[in-house]
Amino acid sequence: MERIPILKMGEFLLVTIQVDMHDRLALTLQDDLTSQIVKHRARGVLIDISTLEMVDSFIGRMLGSIASMARLLDAQTVVVGMQPSVAITLVELGLSMQGIRTALDVEKGMVALQAAVSETREDTDEGSEF
Amino acid sequence: MKVLNSEAMELRSSEDIVLVRQAVRKKAVTLGFGLVDQTKIVTASSELARNTIDYGGGGTVQLEVVENDRRSGLRLVFEDHGPGIADVNMALTDGYTTGSGMGLGLSGSKRLSHEFEIFSKPGQGTRVSILRWK
Repeated sequence: MERIPILKMGEFLLVTIQVDMHDRLALTLQDDLTSQIVKHRARGVLIDISTLEMVDSFIGRMLGSIASMARLLDAQTVVVGMQPSVAITLVELGLSMQGIRTALDVEKGMVALQAAVSETREDTDEGSEF
Repeated sequence: MKVLNSEAMELRSSEDIVLVRQAVRKKAVTLGFGLVDQTKIVTASSELARNTIDYGGGGTVQLEVVENDRRSGLRLVFEDHGPGIADVNMALTDGYTTGSGMGLGLSGSKRLSHEFEIFSKPGQGTRVSILRWK
């Protein structure tokens, strides 16, 4: 079965979507990512969509679901590399992707992910003082 | 308005949605659409192709290169013989869905197109036509 590869980098998982995904492939990615987060105890997920020429409501919803599911599994998600034409189209389509952290490229995404993860760590540390 | 060429595609599975997106992209590029215009019509085609499959039980799409005396454009006509839509105005409302989606397919595709037409009769099916001019 066709699958999108998930790379492990320290405590982060890295996904580069390089194919025009059909709906089932998108759902498989969602399942794979959640199980990999638990398996590797990952704290962050970086999804690179820079080669995606189109994001429709299905893929947009999938990205939002991944971010929500990851959060429940104590991992942060950053989506990077959205093309300007995709951003313009998404907003006109009516999908504002609220609740999804984004960054311009992988490098900035990694910085954002590290910041987000250390933020949740500080929260946990504060909580443990009681 | 004159139809310069026309191509029909089957819509049965989620792989067909990908094939339609690719065919629409190719036609839009050939017509000289800019990148944003390409992305808009490709995205609209993806939404409507999925509607045809998920709600119409499958159907067809007709890809037509059209022109009038001033400009050329791309028209996509999606047709199914599914259950049809009882209340078209309701179906065109953002966020309204009878399925599990986000309810942006019809309303969003309308916003992404220059011309939009929908005909639907309960029990007979649905035809949605969108046109984007160059």
